[in-house]
Amino acid sequence: MNNNSLSVEEILESKRLLNRKKRLLLLFTLPLLVFIFITFISPIATMLYRSVYHPTVSQLIPLSLAELKNWDEAGDALPPSAALQQFAIELQDLSKQRLSGKLAEEVNRLKPGSSSLIKSSARKLKKTTLEELQENGDSVLLSYSKKWHNIDLWRAVKRAGQPFTDSYYLTTFDLKRNPAGEIEQRDTQIYLKLYWKSLKIAIYITLLTALLAYPLAYYLATAPSKIANRLMVLVLLPFWTSLLVRTTSWIAILQTNGVLNSSLQSLGLIDEPFELLYTQAATIIAMTHILLPFMILPLYSVMKNIDPSYLRAALSLGARPIPAFIKIYLPMTVPGVSAGALLVFIISIGYYITPAIVGGTDGQMISNIIAFHMQSSNNWELAAALGSLLLALIIALYWIYDRLVGVNNIKLG
Amino acid sequence: MKRLLPVIALATACNVASADQLTAVSFGGAYGAAQQKHMLDPFMEETGHKILFENYSGGIAEIKAQVESGNILWDVIDVEVIDLERACSEGLLEVIDHDSLPPGDDGTPAAKDFSEAALANECGVGNIVWTVLYAFNNDTIKGGQPSSIADLFDTKKYPGKRALRKRPQVNLEWALIADGVPKEQVYEVLETDEGQARAFAKLATIADDIVWFDSWSQAPQLLNDGGAVMVQSANGRIFDAIQSEGKPFEMVWDAHLYDLDVWAIVKGTKKKDLAMEFIRFATGSKPLSGMPEVAYGPTRNSSYAYVDKAVIPKLPSSHLDEGLKASGDFWADYGESLGEKFNEWLLK
Repeated sequence: MNNNSLSVEEILESKRLLNRKKRLLLLFTLPLLVFIFITFISPIATMLYRSVYHPTVSQLIPLSLAELKNWDEAGDALPPSAALQQFAIELQDLSKQRLSGKLAEEVNRLKPGSSSLIKSSARKLKKTTLEELQENGDSVLLSYSKKWHNIDLWRAVKRAGQPFTDSYYLTTFDLKRNPAGEIEQRDTQIYLKLYWKSLKIAIYITLLTALLAYPLAYYLATAPSKIANRLMVLVLLPFWTSLLVRTTSWIAILQTNGVLNSSLQSLGLIDEPFELLYTQAATIIAMTHILLPFMILPLYSVMKNIDPSYLRAALSLGARPIPAFIKIYLPMTVPGVSAGALLVFIISIGYYITPAIVGGTDGQMISNIIAFHMQSSNNWELAAALGSLLLALIIALYWIYDRLVGVNNIKLG
Repeated sequence: MKRLLPVIALATACNVASADQLTAVSFGGAYGAAQQKHMLDPFMEETGHKILFENYSGGIAEIKAQVESGNILWDVIDVEVIDLERACSEGLLEVIDHDSLPPGDDGTPAAKDFSEAALANECGVGNIVWTVLYAFNNDTIKGGQPSSIADLFDTKKYPGKRALRKRPQVNLEWALIADGVPKEQVYEVLETDEGQARAFAKLATIADDIVWFDSWSQAPQLLNDGGAVMVQSANGRIFDAIQSEGKPFEMVWDAHLYDLDVWAIVKGTKKKDLAMEFIRFATGSKPLSGMPEVAYGPTRNSSYAYVDKAVIPKLPSSHLDEGLKASGDFWADYGESLGEKFNEWLLK
């Protein structure tokens, strides 16, 4: 009776074959996996690492930091003279290697104003001899400027020397540590406000795109395919135009004597031109336009697959049009709305180029300050911390969204 | 083998060519075009070397990234002095031997021919003097012609929008000067918390009338399309709009903040010698004398012999007494903290 069933060897053999096929398939995806690792996972890992690990200062002045270790920074005495002397010697060495600027920048971040002090002292130290510094380096250093007598400066040096630090994350929450090590509010309150504002702008844009896209997608889905296809080209057209061109064209439209204002004025609707460009409104308008296709496309593909007979059935069974729409049609389009909203929201919260161009003062978002720290202030660690927090924020929102709507409910097509 | 030979020959030829190829980076626009015309093209013609000319928008982030990764793509760069100080002391630039610079065409040794500031830093050789000033549009200005920084802050007498570049630099200095701080004490005052508060308070008095912009190219455009009646601008942009487009703009030289641009060499480049050769050439009397075409002043005295006399009064170098030298030291110290405070202030 067992003539037709497989022997143990045959089963093993077939399993082996199957596994080989699987491995082969994996091999095909390998280029993609490597690509994702190099271009996506490793940069994010580097960013996360960089936001907490910052060894620059501890590599520049290791011996001074060792001397400073036992100094009580909460007290009101200067560090011991051995530490000052060691610092003078190491600063002289850095000056010769032309690295004093690095130290200056790092310390300056914690104590603004110390950059020029460190650099000018380094220049002076270059001209002294090592013997002189070994003799009385502490008093030489202290004689250069009365700023070296400031205990806050030495606290900053010691704190900058910690290779692992939470200070960048504290800064992103507008917090800092005082000399005693307690967490308190920073003098400048900015980052939380900016996160909140970016969130608000992203929500406005998501709502606006949904309101604009829903009727259009409905029309596209129900219109005869000849018309729908032509209109679809208009929806896709912006995708084929450079983002920069689309954004700059909004400048032409919104500026004080631009298309919008001059047409309104010539129609006699307004006397004075509106102030639109370089405002939050401009950011929202331009970004809504740019992100609109991301809302229309998922909506359209979901609506296209909804059988119109459902709605007809509801109507023929006596439902009024509006309740029929709300009870029958709307729930069926939720997957499309979800997909569009999630796409638009996540893209817009970290958007950079449009707010930078048309945003002016009050249209700036968190990405613009990240760019500031990358490009102008060179505080890449803080930029990394801000970026990580943005990532965490998006993941958290995604999680909440999953809880409320369910990620399985998303449909892109 | 016979068929391969031309290929090999071609490959070797390419190799030779690329060995003598230099990458220079500057700010583009009319300024970049002037550098191309007066520095790069003559150099290529004279020496046969090839120079790739690229643009950047200032700052030291890209230089830092290249030096830290050891992947040097740029050889020679045009840097603002405000960034030079920082880049040099962080070891991102090569030290330049100023003694090797050639004398001026009139025979004056380089050390005397260059203005003092041009050779102040060991990592750079001064290229131009440029400045930030404000300009107004004669067609749209109301209340007469403004002539001082105080007028920029006087919205009663001169109503209308003012366009300023969105950053603390220049704006805070001007706010203090308009508030009555003498020019030479500006940076001293701005170091203190009270001084900073005072500057922001003065800026706040015109906050509703400020239009902020991000790049210098927007400045003449805002003045032209009516977005603002007065704009802060790099002088060259306004000069260009007046000169080549005949715009009714006028520059106000009171308390302009001048600075230098220098040529520098990125640390670790394999073409240091060639880069140095280029800098020696580009900062010669004749090439520098082409810069006034875009209203930037040459840093060599001997260059002025070649400059059109009508242009000289429009160069920043002719208005140094009215102006203030932008302090690279100060902004290295307070650029980040004031940048944060400035953004905080904007959010209010």
